[in-house]
Amino acid sequence: MHRFILAVLRRDLTLAARRRGDWLIAQFFFVMVASLFPLGVGPEPEMLARIGPGVLWVAATLASLLSLSRLFADDHHDGSLEHMVLSPEPTVLLVLGKSLAHWLIYCIPLLIIAPVLGIQFNLPWDAILVLEISLLLGTPILSLLGGVGAALTLGLRGGGVLLTLLILPLYVPALIFGAGAVDGVMAGTGAQAHLSLLGAFMVLSLMIAPWIAAAALRVSLE
Amino acid sequence: MTSDTLLLSVHNLACARGERTLFKAMNFSVGAGELLLVQGGNGQGKTSLLRLLTGLARPEEGEVRWRGQPIQKNREAFHAEMIYLGHANGVKDDLNPVENLRFAEGLQGRAFEEERAVAILRRLGLSRCLDLPCRVLSFGQRRRVALSALLLADAGLWILDEPLTGLDVHAVALMEGLIRDHLAAGGLCVATTHQALNLEGVKVQRLLVGNVAIPELV
Amino acid sequence: MNLYTFASPVTFYHLAGKLIPWFTWSAILLTVVGLYLSFFVAPTDFQQSEAYRIIFIHVPAAWMSMFIYLVMAFWGAIGLAFNTRLSFMMARALAPTGAIFTFIALWTGAWWGKPMWGAWWVWDARLTSELILLFLYVGIIALWAAIDDIKRGDRAGALLTLIGAINIPIIYFSVKWWNTLHQGASISLTKAPSMAKIMLIGMLVMAIAAWFYTIAVALVRVRGIILERERQSEWVKEILERET
Repeated sequence: MHRFILAVLRRDLTLAARRRGDWLIAQFFFVMVASLFPLGVGPEPEMLARIGPGVLWVAATLASLLSLSRLFADDHHDGSLEHMVLSPEPTVLLVLGKSLAHWLIYCIPLLIIAPVLGIQFNLPWDAILVLEISLLLGTPILSLLGGVGAALTLGLRGGGVLLTLLILPLYVPALIFGAGAVDGVMAGTGAQAHLSLLGAFMVLSLMIAPWIAAAALRVSLE
Repeated sequence: MTSDTLLLSVHNLACARGERTLFKAMNFSVGAGELLLVQGGNGQGKTSLLRLLTGLARPEEGEVRWRGQPIQKNREAFHAEMIYLGHANGVKDDLNPVENLRFAEGLQGRAFEEERAVAILRRLGLSRCLDLPCRVLSFGQRRRVALSALLLADAGLWILDEPLTGLDVHAVALMEGLIRDHLAAGGLCVATTHQALNLEGVKVQRLLVGNVAIPELV
Repeated sequence: MNLYTFASPVTFYHLAGKLIPWFTWSAILLTVVGLYLSFFVAPTDFQQSEAYRIIFIHVPAAWMSMFIYLVMAFWGAIGLAFNTRLSFMMARALAPTGAIFTFIALWTGAWWGKPMWGAWWVWDARLTSELILLFLYVGIIALWAAIDDIKRGDRAGALLTLIGAINIPIIYFSVKWWNTLHQGASISLTKAPSMAKIMLIGMLVMAIAAWFYTIAVALVRVRGIILERERQSEWVKEILERET
């Protein structure tokens, strides 16, 4: 079972390593969106620190959404997706492996960039630490739920925009708990409750989303 | 019918695309060493039939059985013994042929034997392309990479959708040889093709797909 | 005659045709009674004066918006599990009505909010969840619109409805949590100080009217969907010939 997930993972990581352009675009997008906010709302440090957690969370969400529509689309286009679905291994594991690969490729770099942007937004160090933890717990949810959206919109015209429309409402809890954790630590009320809920939501997504995504993938390939 | 006979059978199969019924009440069976050639005009449902046989699509009515068991109920065992080659090659442009085969094998849950893979690629005339990314290969060469995956998989049942598209004369002859060997070794093959195949000594069934009455070929 | 007979589109088409007038007339009657109770019989609220009367539309609409979503999820699950065509058609027939009720609930909520809180919109837990519910409805309808293949559209929509249904309680809870942290308990929609019995009755009558309206409209729509999908079949051709 885990050998199959590893095979999927190794394949997607190799492919991502061969095409670094796509991967870098998402990271630059993150930096750019986050940098636009101070230009829009003004450079007062107190204000930036207040909106910082929310802005960084929203920007990270949008940056990883950007790449989600291609989670299955490339493999669908060249026919390898059909081969993978026709593998004797369960489709759920395929989806799980691909979501995990998406997370490693697109979300881990966001975690590395986020502290730098946190400094730009005048966040204190303990808030940056909590931001990192919350992104670590929250971004897998996006990769998992996004797998459902990507499977449902596979091969549709305008699939990318539609995917965003379908997935963002479902993603609201992660945004609230994630940004709330950072807010909490800055307001002195602590972040633990938020982080626990975020973790619980992640576990729930991990248990449910791959099954629905696998079913959606079969429906879309039919 | 015992469950260990190598047999693909179709029972009262119906298929619709949108509102149009492509075919219904289709029955046939293919046994070990047999080739089923699916024929019919464009848009008559050849590819749809093949996708039903692989289990990618679900029939409107009826069922497909492998070794006497419905494939939906026995998916994993069926897919372990079946390999499908569709219109798209399933070849990643950014990987070279050997890597492509390595990942294809990994995704089928099998261990990769590199020497065997290289031998198969050489046999299919790709010895000069082994370390080139498939992006730079010609259409026919990429098709050959896909055929190598077919051979490497060592599956009992081949389901091939237009396997000869884009192949030159030599490759067509090679492909005929491969099918003949596969059938001689007790395999089964279901294929669609527009081209004439030279398949002497092979047991061939022909199936006409279309709105016209389907001849029963059991 | 078993349950399966009713699940066949032909039988259901005729059954629905017989039921529609009943539900329509009941809905009209109940709406008239409900509106009369709400606007003429129910007393003026001593805190909120006349403005509170919007709840006779707002509350039933909000109930229906959530209830219809759950019914859609139910039909979707049945369709996925038993591959029954009719349940997918029911889900599709219900979605527009659900979206409209969600919209009405939001709109009337804003009208109520202006005199109550002095603002058209507050980021209250219920309003925010309702807004996200509207997004979910729009997403499902957009997904159906984007998929040309009927079978694929049915199943994809059902899967999306299901994951939304699992998510709605979490969304509601998270928004509520977020809301209490940011605004404290300054605004509470739950306070219903000594609601007069007649108000409650008026609201219930309106809710049942909304229910019957939903059923009537869904049946009309499902008949349309059945005709469209089965237009190749003999019985539909007969109907069409008779009516032209």
